[in-house]
Amino acid sequence: MNVQVIVKGNVKGSLLITKSPINFLGGIDKKTGIIHDKNHDLFGKSISNKILAFPFGIGSSVGAYTIYSLKYNKCAPLGIICLKADLTTASGCAISNIPLVIAKKTDYDSLQEGKEILLDAITGELR
Amino acid sequence: MELTKYEEAALDGRHGETLSLAYRVLVAIGEATQSDRLIPIKWAHLSGVNYNTIGDAGKDFLSHLSRDAKFTVKTTVNPMGFDFDTVSRYKLDAKFIEGQQSIKNSYEKMGAIPSFSCIPYEIFDVPEHGTHVSFAESNAAIYANSVSGLKTNKEGAFSALASAITGKSPCSDLRDDKVRRPNLTIRMKVETPDELAYGMLGYFAGKVAGSSVAFSGTGDIDRRSCKSLCAGMGTSGRCGMFTIGEEVGEKMDFDKKEMQIIHDELNTSEKGDVIALGSPQLGIEEIADLTAMLKGKSFRKRCMIFCPRAIKGQMKDLGFTNELERAGGEVLYDCCTCLTPLIDKDDVDAVITNSVKGAYYLNTSNEVGVNLKSLKQIINDETI
Repeated sequence: MNVQVIVKGNVKGSLLITKSPINFLGGIDKKTGIIHDKNHDLFGKSISNKILAFPFGIGSSVGAYTIYSLKYNKCAPLGIICLKADLTTASGCAISNIPLVIAKKTDYDSLQEGKEILLDAITGELR
Repeated sequence: MELTKYEEAALDGRHGETLSLAYRVLVAIGEATQSDRLIPIKWAHLSGVNYNTIGDAGKDFLSHLSRDAKFTVKTTVNPMGFDFDTVSRYKLDAKFIEGQQSIKNSYEKMGAIPSFSCIPYEIFDVPEHGTHVSFAESNAAIYANSVSGLKTNKEGAFSALASAITGKSPCSDLRDDKVRRPNLTIRMKVETPDELAYGMLGYFAGKVAGSSVAFSGTGDIDRRSCKSLCAGMGTSGRCGMFTIGEEVGEKMDFDKKEMQIIHDELNTSEKGDVIALGSPQLGIEEIADLTAMLKGKSFRKRCMIFCPRAIKGQMKDLGFTNELERAGGEVLYDCCTCLTPLIDKDDVDAVITNSVKGAYYLNTSNEVGVNLKSLKQIINDETI
């Protein structure tokens, strides 16, 4: 499928998908990459070394530093797929060199949990 | 996105690594929000100041950046983790204090005004109506758009930082008058709402609204309630603006039932060991109100009161600091309830607060329980 490239890069990995927005600051442990917001449907799961798909980021703007910290602590997602880019996620990925793309709703809904994919955030393709 | 020749060159690194990084961020968010160009902004307000939230990664990043980065527009900064004047009263380790000092130094070296406040709209003169600014703190961005007549997106920490360095921001989203027009109205159906009800209205709105939302049926909202509304909204969603009065677009009701659902989510304890007031920080009006409410009363428990340093002198001159301390309050400047390292789950089981934003982050980040109730209820239950 074709996606819009926000931050360039080329990564391969397995998909971790959620339908719920993510508050990076409150919701994720920056030292481990584990979601610790009890009300989130990915509670207890690690986003580390996954291609993470979530609709958009919410909450504190400091979440951008959480994304950078995840990278610094070597537990960041390999790449990110969003439905709508928010400035916290986009700026966090830009500083941290984490490939970020935007997928159309129908494409997003067709993503399969756990599937190995190639995220080509240079040509804007997802295979 | 169309860039000028200078912007292209800066992006390519021909004006140094710092500017290249800053333009890379602006171009990424410009692409993300379908902007066609960059426009000048007059004021940047930065988040990412508290060592508790940005940690060593953020500290090292800022230290490196401050070697040659300089802010080119007025730049103010969010609260940090503690108040250097009173830090010895709290059991923070030397590593934390050093980390915070380094972050403070980096921002000051780059030219930030050391405001350490999440309410820049209340302690600085507000520029002319319609002026473009870049505010990262979510409650401040919403307040700036909705009350102060300024234009900003709900910036990320790095997008506001890039704006501070370049003096520019992509012209998109809430910088566009079409996007500022709400397409959803939330009808306030809770009668005689207090600041907590407004905080929960904001939290509800953040979950359902897009970029901008209209509220109807609220009547006049005082500053305390308005700040609570902005902070609640900034916590739960991506919405960066509201209007009051006119009903437009799709309609939804916010009633007692909806409010109860949110209260059940955030109120995780029926009692607490310590009271925390101020997320957002309390301004001089709220301090005056609080002082009046405490007349002849004393807190039964520790009560932390968070304020901007900008009002310290005025508070003292008007006798407010004395009166708050007489009632057992601990007045803290430069820091805030939200993500404070001064509340540790090893010492505290639950915190009493009237802040919806504070409640969310105390629950999720500090991992302590929260007894969420209005200021009036707190004074009623927790003083003698």
